[in-house]
Amino acid sequence: MNTATLPAAAAAAVPKAEFDWRPIALLFGVLLAGWPLIGSSSTWVTLSVAGLAMGLIIFIIASGLTLIFGLMDVLNFGHGVFIALGAFVATSVMTGMADWSTADSVGRNLVAVFVAMLAAMLAAGVLGLAFERIIVRPVYGQHLKQILITMGGMIVGEELIKVVWGPQQIALPLPETLRGSFVIGDASIEKYRVLAVAIGLVVFALLLFALNRTKVGLLIRAGVQDREMVESLGYRIRRLFVGVFVAGSGLAGLGGVMWGLYQQAVTPQIGAQVNILIFIVIIIGGLGSTLGCFVGALLVGLMANYTGFLAPKVALFSNIGLMVAILLWRPQGLYPVTNR
Amino acid sequence: MTSFVLDLAGVHTHIGAYHILHGVDLQVPAGQVTMLLGRNGAGKTTTLRTIMGLWATSQGSVQFKGRPIGGTGGQLHTPEIAQLGIAYVPESMGIFTDLSVKENMVLAARAARRAEELDTTRLEWIFGLFPALKKFWLYPAGKLSGGQKQMLAVARAIVEPRELLLIDEPSKGLAPSIINNLIDAFRQLKGQSTTILLVEQNFQMAKALGDQVAVMDNGRVVHAGTMGELAEDEAMQHRLLGLSLGAHQ
Amino acid sequence: MDEARPAAGRDLPMLETRDLTIRFGGHVAVDHVSCTFAPGTLTAIVGPNGAGKTTYFNLISGQLPASEGQVLLNGEDITRLPAPMRTHRGLGRAFQLTQLFPNLSVQENVRLAVQSRESARGGLGLDLLRVWLDRSTWIDEAQQILRSVRLDDKRDATAASLPHGDQRKLEVALLMALDPKVFMFDEPTAGMSVDEVPVILDLIRALKARRDRLILLVEHKMDVVSELADRIIVLHNGALVADGEPAAVIASPVVQQAYLGIVPEEAA
Repeated sequence: MNTATLPAAAAAAVPKAEFDWRPIALLFGVLLAGWPLIGSSSTWVTLSVAGLAMGLIIFIIASGLTLIFGLMDVLNFGHGVFIALGAFVATSVMTGMADWSTADSVGRNLVAVFVAMLAAMLAAGVLGLAFERIIVRPVYGQHLKQILITMGGMIVGEELIKVVWGPQQIALPLPETLRGSFVIGDASIEKYRVLAVAIGLVVFALLLFALNRTKVGLLIRAGVQDREMVESLGYRIRRLFVGVFVAGSGLAGLGGVMWGLYQQAVTPQIGAQVNILIFIVIIIGGLGSTLGCFVGALLVGLMANYTGFLAPKVALFSNIGLMVAILLWRPQGLYPVTNR
Repeated sequence: MTSFVLDLAGVHTHIGAYHILHGVDLQVPAGQVTMLLGRNGAGKTTTLRTIMGLWATSQGSVQFKGRPIGGTGGQLHTPEIAQLGIAYVPESMGIFTDLSVKENMVLAARAARRAEELDTTRLEWIFGLFPALKKFWLYPAGKLSGGQKQMLAVARAIVEPRELLLIDEPSKGLAPSIINNLIDAFRQLKGQSTTILLVEQNFQMAKALGDQVAVMDNGRVVHAGTMGELAEDEAMQHRLLGLSLGAHQ
Repeated sequence: MDEARPAAGRDLPMLETRDLTIRFGGHVAVDHVSCTFAPGTLTAIVGPNGAGKTTYFNLISGQLPASEGQVLLNGEDITRLPAPMRTHRGLGRAFQLTQLFPNLSVQENVRLAVQSRESARGGLGLDLLRVWLDRSTWIDEAQQILRSVRLDDKRDATAASLPHGDQRKLEVALLMALDPKVFMFDEPTAGMSVDEVPVILDLIRALKARRDRLILLVEHKMDVVSELADRIIVLHNGALVADGEPAAVIASPVVQQAYLGIVPEEAA
């Protein structure tokens, strides 16, 4: 028999497991690949900022949905109604604050925009509370019914919006000082897009902080993996559900305002328009993963803008094509969340 | 009369169309270790899940310190049952694989909002029992080995003092030296007046720890008594368990 | 299975690992483990939790790629070969945390394993007609195997609905159905009740008696190991620290302290 002496046990604690950089590397890869393909640096800058802005707005909307699905296992096909409500409430607020929103001061304009955003989030959040109680709660655990009933809820919501605001498309003009672009060298970057990127990054940072540094965030991340065990540890996860649903709806409302300002117009169908994009994003990202949603949304935004410029005929297909490509690489999404 | 921390009377459980528990009577005395033995499929795991409210008691009653928690008298929800002071270690361990060992432990400690708020003395005790948990403190729990996950599952249940521990096969996949640590830990907990209801196939552990024993078969408790009685009666052992307690596991 | 290796067969170990290593970031999980294994033997792999036993298995069966070193099967270097190809070459692996087809019935799981074995032998591949025509043979064989692990009365239950102990039995049945040259069992009796363990042990003993199969067994239960193993190797912190006959290895102070937790004064 051979025996060696025992090897010395590892002294220090093993460091955190390596972070998976590859999806982020993919994001940078797409950004960098765009440069030679597009040709001109200035156009590349403009398109990239547009892509990032669009991506971040989609992220804001989708972030709530991915957590709702991951944590509550609820397929909410009615998420669009919160987007639409947010957008329309914002138009009313902006119109109501016309003297601030049309004033020639950056300060006042920003205040008007932020008040509109807050109002939108509030309205969407309240609607979310009602939606969860009346429409979603009766169908926990039944996916097919969830799809049907949430779509029904969205249709009803859209019709109610038409009743209040009319069926027409309404203009949502950007305040004066937020129009136009910064010009840096040859590149022109729309001012509003910069604002959108800033807001999007703040939301992302807040979400990451809440999820990783607070106990509530810990509960959400654990609940996404194993709801039953979280309850066995003594936490009433049902209450958390409502909170997450309301927060997700509020975020959708914020996204609605931002999308409306991006297009400078809102229609009652605004929710349905964005719906497909959102589902593509949460599938690409991995259901229940906030980081995945972030990277996925940015990829979708960039691809839409790059292909819109390079090959407009392919643009519509580009999102689905992106989803297929990513799922072939990672069938569970960019950052899969193991769900019991 | 000894106070019973847990009192099950005529408990039936149905899971969908399946009738799994057929009238379970079980009394778990305070401050002692009660072993729940029986073949696979006898209903041991189902009994624990029913006590925790993960499955509803369809008939009969479950009482915790005299207070109804399931069946007639009212069915509480799982979080409420846990908050009464009951910790549960499921057979499947219930580890949150994407969270680190540290985060798993913080979650299990209801009083702590962050790792810094965990009771350091208690934590050092746990690290002494399960050194791997200290080594892999920041590591995602999903990357631990099978036995290490089992250690974490038990550690979570004991990170804060609880009145009652419901534990389903904690020794599965553990190295012999760690099983010794586990036996030690449970003995110490007993000394702190914790009541333990333990499902175990490892008879060495059962004999070393058990004060009381309940044997299940076909969804019922077919024998209840002290471990001492069972350990001395080989014929009864063969009859109830199919093998003698002294034999190989 | 693969008939490629002729004359040299006699002197070649059936399975060999050379300096097999894997690193995860800062952590060396398996540390230059070199070992040879001969057919007709049963080697038990023991060690503390986290010593790298399952990881070692994963490197051999192909679930994980080695950072360094080689895995050789009958002299052929299979280190870069993906797991399914290794199964075709004759490596059979049962898992510690069960890997079954959860929505298929017990019988369908075993039948799939039987069919996989047949296709590896150069028979079926995607020849669906043959699969359909011969299905009664496969089903009969699946039945037989289920009977040998005492799962035949549950043949129509879905794998996911089985209690844990029965799932482990099904895992063993799948491995039996694959009938590989190398059997790798990872704690096959964990979670099984006392009366079920002898059934599995008998099966493994019968495998040993066939003399041409190589059996690797990760186990914590020392009595099972003493009964079945011809040889024990001990892993600790990823490295191979002991290798020899069961009695000698179990009695060695290294194993007694680090693994069995028996401090010298308490030794019987």
